[in-house]
Amino acid sequence: MDLAAIFAVEILYAIASLVVISSGLAVVFGMMRVINLAHGEFMMVGGYATIVAVKSGINIYIAMLIVAPIVVGVLGVIVERLIIRRLYGRLVDTMLATWGLSLLLIGLASMIFGNTTTGISPPIPGFAIGQYQVNGYSFFIILAAVAILVAMFAVLAGTRAGLVARGAMQNPAMASALGYNPERVYMLTFFAGSALAGLAGGLFAPLLGLVPTIGSAYIAKAFITVISGGASVIAGLVSSAVLFGATSQIFTLATTPMVGEIALLLIAIVLLRLLPQGITSRFFRGAM
Amino acid sequence: MINRRTFLASSAAVAGAGILGASAGRTLAADPIKLGSILDTSGAFDAYGKPMDMALRLAVDEINAAGGLLGRQVEIVAYDTQSDMALYTQYGQQLARVDKVDVVHGGILSASREAIRQTLRKSGVPYFYNVLYEGGVCDRNITVIGVTPSQQVEVLIPAAIKKWGKKIYVLAADYNYGQITARWIEKFAKDAGGEVVQTDFFPLDVADFGSTIAKIQGAAPDIVVPALVGGPHLSFFRQWAAAGMKSKIPMASTTIGIGNEHKVLTAEEGDGILVAYNYSPEIVSPANEAFLKAWTAKYGNTDQIHEIAVSHYQGIHVWAEAVRKAGDVGRDKLIGAIEGGLSFEGPGGKVLIDPKTHHAVLDVHLMEMSGQKLKVLESFTQRQPSDTQGVCDLAANPDDNTQYEIKI
Repeated sequence: MDLAAIFAVEILYAIASLVVISSGLAVVFGMMRVINLAHGEFMMVGGYATIVAVKSGINIYIAMLIVAPIVVGVLGVIVERLIIRRLYGRLVDTMLATWGLSLLLIGLASMIFGNTTTGISPPIPGFAIGQYQVNGYSFFIILAAVAILVAMFAVLAGTRAGLVARGAMQNPAMASALGYNPERVYMLTFFAGSALAGLAGGLFAPLLGLVPTIGSAYIAKAFITVISGGASVIAGLVSSAVLFGATSQIFTLATTPMVGEIALLLIAIVLLRLLPQGITSRFFRGAM
Repeated sequence: MINRRTFLASSAAVAGAGILGASAGRTLAADPIKLGSILDTSGAFDAYGKPMDMALRLAVDEINAAGGLLGRQVEIVAYDTQSDMALYTQYGQQLARVDKVDVVHGGILSASREAIRQTLRKSGVPYFYNVLYEGGVCDRNITVIGVTPSQQVEVLIPAAIKKWGKKIYVLAADYNYGQITARWIEKFAKDAGGEVVQTDFFPLDVADFGSTIAKIQGAAPDIVVPALVGGPHLSFFRQWAAAGMKSKIPMASTTIGIGNEHKVLTAEEGDGILVAYNYSPEIVSPANEAFLKAWTAKYGNTDQIHEIAVSHYQGIHVWAEAVRKAGDVGRDKLIGAIEGGLSFEGPGGKVLIDPKTHHAVLDVHLMEMSGQKLKVLESFTQRQPSDTQGVCDLAANPDDNTQYEIKI
């Protein structure tokens, strides 16, 4: 029974980590239709921001939850002002530009931090469920995922800013006629998406050995999750994270990690063949 | 004003100077011997490669300071393969065909060794692989200085079984090293009355071991044996400690510590892990004292020294011994010297080359991590590479070019 609890925690953790990794991309791609191929590198920058902050004596929670999102959010605004805003509506050009950006960020990180592995230890000790041990940090990631989803829902559905943002995405001309500047709304949305990517990077920094190329480990999973989720930002994110997280983890626990990864990719291919517009094109339609 | 006499005198002087200059140049600047180096000094495996590069430069400095080899200086031609296996093929060809080096030292992962071994064999460039590995390579062109399973696993696993129990869970890197070593672990566990209950393989970029840690608890083994490789895999030890498993199930590893992981992990994360290698800085011998002193003089402190940096250092000195003995850097005479009972007294003890396999007979020490150091528990002198000796005889089959794998 305790073992089942441990496995359940691992499955929840897999789902939560997909939510954390993909939330920034869900905002940027789901709302703005901008394909940010530098999403993984934004996470990498968040990770390095956390490690640098911790090593210079800042409390690890402040480093992960505040420093990393702000650093990457500001980076996002600069990128949006310099590159992305000139390319709205030009999907392929944005992909090319952000791909170039990702290479630039990897290069810069290699120059500054060296092409080598750095890391910090997780701040939460493990604890026992019955006779088994779980990683306390897994619970922290699960809590963080829930908090991110609640905050996204609260902002989008409950605040005027969220309403304006959704309005400006649907019909920029109308938003503009009503006195809202779509340019400003885009910029702030991109800031929010980037800050979420930075937060994800910060949250994962204590779990991994960080290298400048770590972004490539995330980008594929994040895209698969967001694209399979479909048009609804939150419902799509949750439904595909649950599907992929649970599948890959169940296969990992039953067989090997390799099979788990293959199962995730297979189910994504089959899903996109059946529902090319994503899960929320058929289920949970009209959800947020 | 130039008359005939002064013209003749001055032109003779010029000609004389020319002859003198040319002959002086020939003796002073004898072409250096080119030593090709191919190592990952950046990327996921740089924790292994950077100290190996430092060891290489120290060894070559020592050789040159002692007057070089055969009156010639040794020059390093080095390439950084950036932890990218594709670059090994490229730089291996470059070393053999463009730089035309006299010898190649390097390669870290077994995958990288196999990527360049055939190129160097075909080009007739002698190759020294100076890293702990899974054993079985049988090729006259290569000399292996690293520890093999019968030297390491055969010491480590029975000791762990005796100490902790019979059920073993193996975690191995998913390439030739991990796959073959996992089979050796199974064999030596069986010989010692133990049993491998489960083996999991991990691609080299996997860094999240949460589900594995849950699975291990489900299998409830007495011992966990990680044969994991590189920077991303280091996360396992961190996550294992973070889950509070350190005090529950003990570990014996065939790889941790090779890249100084015990200094990267905290003492709480590393303490108590059992390992077996050729070298520990704690070894007391004149050769090791001299080595530590020379390293400190060149690099300031000894923090970077690790198992395979010392292997690499020993490999380069073994090659230098072979050149001195052969009186030539050419492949055939060099191999003759290697097969003539060559030995070198290194920081890790005596390195004796077994002529039939081109592998090294080495001292091995059973050690435990303690306070970010490797504490020697028991020493085994001059262990034979019997895994390779059982399948490889280069005296009988000089044209053999196989990596033999253990069958279970």
